[in-house]
Amino acid sequence: MGTEENQELNAREEWEKEYQKASLRDSNFETMSGVPVEPVYGDDLFPGQYPYTRGIYPSMYRSRLWTMRMFAGFGTAEDTNLRFKELLRNGGTGLSTAFDMPTLMGRDSDSEWSLGEVGRAGVAVDTLSDMEDLFADIDLSQVSTSMTINGPAATLLAMYVAVAEQTGVEPHQLAGTIQNDILKEYQAQKEYIYPPRPSMRIVTDMVKYTTAEMPKWHPISISGYHIREAGSTAAQELAFTLANGFSYVEAAIAAGQNVNEFGKRLSFFFNSHSDFFEEIGKFRAARRIWARWMKERYGATDEKAMLCRFHTQTAGVSLTAQQPEINIARVGIQALAAALGGTQSLHTDSFDEALALPTEDAARIALRTQQIVAHETGVVNVADPLGGSPYVEWMTDEMERQAEAIFAHLDDLGNGSILEGTFNGIENGYFVGEIADAAYRFEREVNSGRRIIVGVNEFTDGDNPEDRNLLRIGAETEEYQLKRLNDVKTKRNQEHVNSALSEITAVASDPTRNLMPAIIAAVKTYATEEEIANAMEVVFGTYVEKAIV
Amino acid sequence: MTSSSDLATDLFKSAVKGERRSLGKLLTAIERGGDQAEIIAGLAHQVSGNTHVVGITGAPGSGKSTLTGRLLKLFSEAGDKLAVLAVDPSSPLTGGAILGDRIRMDDLAGEESFIRSMATRGHSGGLALAVPAAIQLFDAVGYEPVIIETVGVGQVEVDVAGAADTTVVVVTPGMGDAVQANKAGLLEVADIFVVNKSDRPGASDARRDLELMLDLGHVSGLEQMTGYRPPIIMANSLDGTGADEVLDAIKSHAEYLRNSGKIHIRRKERLVMEIQNRIELLVESTASGILKSELGASSITKVLDRKISPAEAAKSIVGSIISSE
Amino acid sequence: MGDHQQRVILAKLGLDGHDRGIKVVARILRDAGMEVIYLGLRQTTASIIAAAEEEDADAIGLSMHNAGHLTLGPKMAEALSAAGLDIPLIIGGIVPDEDVEELMNAGIAAVLGPGASAEEVVATVQDAISARDKA
Repeated sequence: MGTEENQELNAREEWEKEYQKASLRDSNFETMSGVPVEPVYGDDLFPGQYPYTRGIYPSMYRSRLWTMRMFAGFGTAEDTNLRFKELLRNGGTGLSTAFDMPTLMGRDSDSEWSLGEVGRAGVAVDTLSDMEDLFADIDLSQVSTSMTINGPAATLLAMYVAVAEQTGVEPHQLAGTIQNDILKEYQAQKEYIYPPRPSMRIVTDMVKYTTAEMPKWHPISISGYHIREAGSTAAQELAFTLANGFSYVEAAIAAGQNVNEFGKRLSFFFNSHSDFFEEIGKFRAARRIWARWMKERYGATDEKAMLCRFHTQTAGVSLTAQQPEINIARVGIQALAAALGGTQSLHTDSFDEALALPTEDAARIALRTQQIVAHETGVVNVADPLGGSPYVEWMTDEMERQAEAIFAHLDDLGNGSILEGTFNGIENGYFVGEIADAAYRFEREVNSGRRIIVGVNEFTDGDNPEDRNLLRIGAETEEYQLKRLNDVKTKRNQEHVNSALSEITAVASDPTRNLMPAIIAAVKTYATEEEIANAMEVVFGTYVEKAIV
Repeated sequence: MTSSSDLATDLFKSAVKGERRSLGKLLTAIERGGDQAEIIAGLAHQVSGNTHVVGITGAPGSGKSTLTGRLLKLFSEAGDKLAVLAVDPSSPLTGGAILGDRIRMDDLAGEESFIRSMATRGHSGGLALAVPAAIQLFDAVGYEPVIIETVGVGQVEVDVAGAADTTVVVVTPGMGDAVQANKAGLLEVADIFVVNKSDRPGASDARRDLELMLDLGHVSGLEQMTGYRPPIIMANSLDGTGADEVLDAIKSHAEYLRNSGKIHIRRKERLVMEIQNRIELLVESTASGILKSELGASSITKVLDRKISPAEAAKSIVGSIISSE
Repeated sequence: MGDHQQRVILAKLGLDGHDRGIKVVARILRDAGMEVIYLGLRQTTASIIAAAEEEDADAIGLSMHNAGHLTLGPKMAEALSAAGLDIPLIIGGIVPDEDVEELMNAGIAAVLGPGASAEEVVATVQDAISARDKA
C-alpha cells in the first residue's frame, strides 16, 4: 500500500513539475461564479503522462487553446485568398485549404472530367500561378497552413515550397500539415489516382523529404474523418485510422526512417459526431492506443513520437437539410465533445453544409460556436474533466477493445504486418464492406424510426425552404479559371516543361530515387498538376475499386 | 402472339445488324422467359453454334471479375469482338440483386465488346434456360468469344460455367480454397486452373494441392480418356501477371477441342443438357398445372383417402401427360 | 408489366467520390426486389449510356454531392436524349429545393434530396419507371 501511495505521489509530483514549467494563458482559471479550480482532478494518471489517455500536455488548454482552424476554399485562388485574410483578421489562427474536386483528383480545370466542378467544392489549382495568388500577401513564415489533398499531395506541397521560396521563405521555416493520407482514400474518400502500393511510395518519399528539409511540417495527417463520414462506426473510425497510421510507420521504418524522428511529425484528424460520450471515449482511446503501439510495437523511445496529436472536425454527415438552423446546436455539442476529448485543433461545420457550400455568415457562426466553447463554458480550465467517470472510462476501454479486435484481424490478414494487412483489406474490400454495412444499418434504424434524427423523422414542423440564402458559385469561375490556365500555358517555356516531366517519369521508374525534387523542379516550370500526375501515371497505372456495395 | 413474334423478329434482325440496344432488349426478354424468350432462342439457335464459350468461375473474392477484365482487354487488343455474361446471385429474401461486375471490366473492354449482368433470380430452372439462350444469341449476332462469369458456389452456377467449351476455375491461396473448389464440384468441370493472387503466401501450396488432386484422379479419369490435363496458371489479376498465359491456355484448349473433335461432343452435351432442362421445366410446370386441375384434385383426394399411394398418383398423372401429347 | 423485374443503373458521374449515399440506395433498391447494376465512381455520360443499352435499364440513378448537379444533370439528360434513349433519369444527393425545377425542366424525371426515406426512394424509382412505361 505504501509503495502504491508513493507511486501515486510520484505521478502527481512528476506532473506538477511539468505543469510548473508550462507557460499559462492570462486567465484566473475559476468558474463563472469565482470558484477557483485545479488544473486537473484525480490521482493516478495525469495529462502529459504515458499513455496520454488524459491529454498530451500537462497543462492542456490552460497553456494554449486548441487552434481554431476553419477549412475554406472556393472559386478562384483570389476568392480564397480574400477569405483567408478575413479569417486571419477574425481571430482564426491557421489556414486550411479546401481544393476543388479536379485538383483533388489530379485533373486540370480544362480536362473534360472537370466540367461543372471547377472551383465548386474548393479552390481550383492548376499551376504554380494559382498557388501564388492563393497565398498572396500572407507571410508564410508566420502562418501554419493545412492543405487537404491526397492523391496529388506531392505536387501541391511542391507548389507551396516554390511559392514560399519566391518570397524568400525557406522550406525549414514552413509550418503546417498536408493531409497526404492515401490509405483512407481507398477505404472511404475515394480520391485516389494510382494503385495503393505506388501511392505509398509517393507518401514515403514525402516523409523522407520533409524529415530532411521541413522539420516544422506534418507530412501526413492520418484521417478518420472521411471514414466516419462514409458511414463507419466510431470504433471503426478509430481502428481504421490508427491502423493506417501503423501502416505509414511500417512503411517509413522499412524505408530506413527513424521512428523517433518522423513519429513526432505524424498527426491525426478525427470526426466528432453527436454521440457525446462515445466520441470522448474514442478520442481518449486514440491517444492511449497510439502511444502503446508506438512504444511497444514500433520501438519509439522519444515520448514526442508517441503522442497522438489530432485535429477534429464536427460531423458534416450529421447535418440535416431539413431545418438547417438546428445544425448549429449539433455543431455546438460536437465541438464540446472535441474539447472534452482534448483535441489540438478544431473545425466547426457551417449549418448550411447539407444544402450547399457554406456562406460567409454560416462560416462565421460556426467559428463563433467553438469560441463559445473555448471562452464561455469553462471546460478549458481543467484537463480531461471527464477522466475518472466510470462511464467515460468504460467507454474508453470499450473503444480500445473494439479497435484492438480490428488490429488483430488486419495483423492476421497481413501475416504479422499491419501495412500488408491494410493493403490486403483494401484489395479484398474489407474496409469498404464494413463501412457500407455500418452505413446501411444506420439508415435502416433511421428509416424504421428506432433512431430519431430531429427534423428528419421526428419534429419535422418548422422547415422553411424559402428562407434559405445559399452560396452559389456561377459558371464564371470556371470560365475565368480556364482562361488563366490557358494564359499560363501560352507563356511558359514548353521545352522546360517537357524535360521536367520526363524527369518525373524517369524518377518514378526508379524506386531508389525521391520524387519530391523532380516535382518541385516541374512546378517551377509551370507544368500543370495533371501533366505531373500523368508523368507518374505512365509508370504507376491507375486504380479502379471493385464493387463492394 | 403474332405481334410479340414480330417484335422479337424485328429486334433480332436489328441486333444482327449490330444495334446494341436491340440486343439488350432481347436479353431482357430471354431472362424474362416465356413465349417470347422461346421465339428469340429459336431464331438464335438457327444461326449459332460457332462461337467459343469460355466459363470463368470461382469463389466470391477470388478475383474473377478482375481476371475477366484482363482477358477482355487482351481479347479486345487482339481485335476480338467479345461478349461477357456476368452472373451474380439474387437475394433469396427479396429477389433483388446488386450486380457490380462491370466496374472492373468496363475500362478494359474495347468498344466493340458487350457486357451484360444477369441475376440468378432465385429459380435455378430459369437461369439454366436463360444462359444457354443468351450464349446462342451472342453467337448469332457475331460475338466471339462469349465469356460467362459466375460465382462458383451453387450447383446451378457450376453447371452453367461447366457447360462452356472451356471452363476456367479461379482459386486463391489460403483457407483451403482448392479443397473448397473440390467440394463444390468445380474440379470436375475445370479445363484450366488459375491460382490468383499468386504473390500471397500459400500460393505454391494451392498449386501443389491442385496438382495432387489432379494426380489422385479427381479429374484423371477424364485425363486418361482424353489425354488432356488442365494446366495450373499462377496469376495476379491486380497487376495483370499471368493473364497472357490464361489467354494462351484458353486458345490452346480451344485448339485441342477442335483438333481432337471433342468440341462436337461438348456442344452436343450442352444441347442435350439444354433439352433436358427444358423437358424438366415443361414437365414440372405441366405437373403443377395438373395438380391444380380436376384430375389433380381427384388424385389428391384418393391419396388422402388412402385409396392410392402418392407414387401411384404421380405415375398416373405423368401417364396422362404423355398420352395427351 | 407488373411482374417485370426492374433493372436500375446507379452511377456517379464525374469526379465526385462521395459514395455513401449511392451504396445505401443500392441496398434499398435491392431490398425492394430490384436489380441494381452498380457502375460506381468516375463514370462518363458515354459509359453510362453504353451500360444502359447493354443492360436494358429501366431507370438510371445518379448521385451528386459536389454542387455539380446543374451542369452534370442536364448534360446526362441531353446525352440520353441525343442517344434516343427514353430511360428515366433520377438524381439524388445534395440538391437544393430551388434547383429541382430547373432539373425537371432539363428532362430529369425526379430528384431525391438528403433525408429521403427508403420508401420515398423506392416509390420515386417505381413511379419514374411506370410514368415512362405509360408514355
